[in-house]
Amino acid sequence: MGELLQHLLNAIILGGTYALLGIGLTLIFGIMRVVNFTHGELYAFGAYCMYALVMPLGFNFFASLLIAMALGALLGAFIEIVLLGRLRAADIDTTMLVMIGAWIIMQNTEQLVWSGVALSVRTPFPSEPLVLGPMSVSWGRLYVFVVALLLIAGTYLLVNRTKLGKAMRATFQDRDTAALMGIRIGRIHTATFAIGSALAAAAGALLGPVFVVAPTMGDLAAAKAFAVVILGGLGSVPGATVGGFILALAEELGAGYISSGYRDAMGFVLIILILLFRPTGLFARKERIG
Amino acid sequence: MSSEAAVILAIEHVAVRFGGLLAISDMTFSVREGQIVGLIGPNGAGKTTAFNVITGFLPQTSGEVLYRSRPLTGLKPHQIAQLGLVRTFQRTSVFQERTVFDNILTALHSQSRSRLWDILIQTRHEIASERALAEQAHALLRFVGLEHRVNERAGALPYGEQRLVGVALALAVKPKMLLLDEPVSGMNPAETARFVALVQKIRERGVTILVVEHDMKMVMGVCDQVVVLNYGRIIAEGPPAEIQKNHEVIRAYLGEGRKQRA
Amino acid sequence: MSRYVFWIIVALLATIPLWVTDYYLLHVAIVTGIFIIAAMSLNLLLGYTGQLSLGHVAFFGIGAYTSALVSLGFSVHIAPEIMVSLAPQPVWVGILCAAVLTGLVGYAIGKLAFRVRGAYFVIVSLSFAEVVRLIALNWVELTQGPMALNSIPALTLGFGGYELSFLRKPQFFYLMLFIAALSYILIARLVNSRAGRAMIALRENESLAMSVGIDVTRSLVLATIVSAAIAGVAGALYTHYIRIVDPNIFLFIYTVTMVIMVVTGGKGTLAGPIVGGVIFGFVPEVLRGMQIRPEAQWIVYGILMIAIVYFLPEGIVPAVRRVLVSRRGKQYAAGFKEPQAENK
Repeated sequence: MGELLQHLLNAIILGGTYALLGIGLTLIFGIMRVVNFTHGELYAFGAYCMYALVMPLGFNFFASLLIAMALGALLGAFIEIVLLGRLRAADIDTTMLVMIGAWIIMQNTEQLVWSGVALSVRTPFPSEPLVLGPMSVSWGRLYVFVVALLLIAGTYLLVNRTKLGKAMRATFQDRDTAALMGIRIGRIHTATFAIGSALAAAAGALLGPVFVVAPTMGDLAAAKAFAVVILGGLGSVPGATVGGFILALAEELGAGYISSGYRDAMGFVLIILILLFRPTGLFARKERIG
Repeated sequence: MSSEAAVILAIEHVAVRFGGLLAISDMTFSVREGQIVGLIGPNGAGKTTAFNVITGFLPQTSGEVLYRSRPLTGLKPHQIAQLGLVRTFQRTSVFQERTVFDNILTALHSQSRSRLWDILIQTRHEIASERALAEQAHALLRFVGLEHRVNERAGALPYGEQRLVGVALALAVKPKMLLLDEPVSGMNPAETARFVALVQKIRERGVTILVVEHDMKMVMGVCDQVVVLNYGRIIAEGPPAEIQKNHEVIRAYLGEGRKQRA
Repeated sequence: MSRYVFWIIVALLATIPLWVTDYYLLHVAIVTGIFIIAAMSLNLLLGYTGQLSLGHVAFFGIGAYTSALVSLGFSVHIAPEIMVSLAPQPVWVGILCAAVLTGLVGYAIGKLAFRVRGAYFVIVSLSFAEVVRLIALNWVELTQGPMALNSIPALTLGFGGYELSFLRKPQFFYLMLFIAALSYILIARLVNSRAGRAMIALRENESLAMSVGIDVTRSLVLATIVSAAIAGVAGALYTHYIRIVDPNIFLFIYTVTMVIMVVTGGKGTLAGPIVGGVIFGFVPEVLRGMQIRPEAQWIVYGILMIAIVYFLPEGIVPAVRRVLVSRRGKQYAAGFKEPQAENK
């Protein structure tokens, strides 16, 4: 029983970051219809920012998170403007290929700059875990969970209560009408990509210190992000949130009770099952985001 | 045309709803074999939606479409086409990047079978089959008068000729009934007259025709029966002369008469 | 390309082992050739049928493992008391099994995966390849996992009293060339047939294709089966050449390589994957000679891919063809040449 509770707790903690990753991607995928292969690299970028800021530069741990997010947003905006700007009318194959090219460039640049060595980031938390009855959780992970929840809430508010969010929702529902109503679609795309990238960078900045920072960390993160998006339904922030927790739960239970080797397969299996049997996702409300 | 001919297409109380929008509320009409019927109505009345429902591209919310007394519910578009009920498209009526000849060859898909083995080995049967298809393609091009365009890229043809290729594509499927979606839109009077002659030639071959059009002169000139669709329901059905005098039809096109004039 | 040009090129290629004595270069040529076969098969699905399948390496790898396991023999528990085993078979049987099994997998994938289209299909195809990789990595009893399957036998064929063994590089080169030429011919015949026209039609305009009676699902499944089977044979060839296979054969990066080859060379053309394959087979060697690190090499690939998409979106072969046609057009206009009916 205690073991099950521990798994559940781990799943809740991990689910928050998966949700973060998924929300960023569901906004990008939903509004821009771009299969964003660079999402994982933004995750890795956030983690590397964290490393670079905290370790050699000695910045404050908590401020570094905010800086990493800001840098992630800037990088996302840059990618969108430079690469995707010309392709807004193009078909999905073309944008996909460009995104794959960008992913190759980013990952190999990371590899070139940092070499393949796994790096660890020092955290300001005590190393003994917090013990709650039969379960224990490290302070680091607790911090990750709390921040993730804050960011998820923040994103929900952004999408549902701000003018920008309203424009984003309009673009998602009906791009042509939104354009006719004066919404600058190009700006919305840039903003969406920047926000999504900031969220991915945040997830990386949060998890980097918990695990390790390595150049290929983005690949698995991207795969899980896609799984979350598909679970939750395209464009649905609450869907991606719940989806993140479901994926984490499936992984924890799968790894705990089936085999740890297949842990990472859970995401892919869920993707395949959902797309084959319920293609709109578990929670999709058609024609809406937020 | 004779009114004793059998009904080839029957639309019975078809309704189509998208989300909150009721595109077609209650459509009922029928077409008899050998007729040329025109489906007209103001913009947004639901004519292309009707075509999409009849040919299986869109499911109806309720009601039934019967082709030769057979309900088409649940059949996929390619199955309906193979039954002999074939449509053309208003926009992109051809495979733009392929030559006219390849377009027709492609459309002759349902006129032959081929097994993977025969293709890979290039058996005599396969080679003969391909040659027969090529001859049929040339014959079809001659029928619509486009033999001289045979090797040109379909997308490079003038609009009116693209439409003719589109009709040839539909004829390649050996239809018993042909649904033409705004075939003469964008055509000049000479092209339209040429098209009308083609339509009559097709009817002489025993093909029933249902045409959606805005060009009133063309419709009234070539159709035996006219069906008028407005706000998702049929408001009139009859020979062209009657329809032209029908008050409801005039009101539908011109708005609420008096108020308009003021 | 016309039939004469094709056979001339094949004949020229056949002379390579006679004058290329550097075994390393021959090795590069062989591996490039194998990847070209895989790229041609991907082109059928990506170029001709217009489906961006990013799981293609799964077929390649399944073919490799199938042939390896059949020729090595295996025994595995599929349930606690039920064991399935196979004694080692001749290698040609392995290759045949690879083709058949991958074809069947292609059939299953085609039927299931094409229920979703567009971006979702891309994700499903990707996920499928990753799941297969993770199975290969974790089902150690069958695949030896990361420890790899070793000592895979080379292909030997016996006729009468003679034995022909494809162990050394020159002989393997001829085997590869034979399979490559055969694949090219089969694919060419398929795309120029009724089935091929249906595939191209659904790439160009799916609604129009349906309206002329083309069963889209059926065409997609057929394209997947043939594409998968050829990729499976390429994988089998690879495994009997390298004679070792591990789960890294399923890495996404190999799919990307194949995609780059097809897209750069020209998707939807027969010569495209060959041109792309030659470029991306030999560029790494050139770069290696210049002492450039592999990461930098991949950065160059990424930039190239983006550049091609922006400036030559159809690929190299169609762009060259257009230049040649326009030059011919200028010659007509100047009264130099008589136009000929273009028959692709």
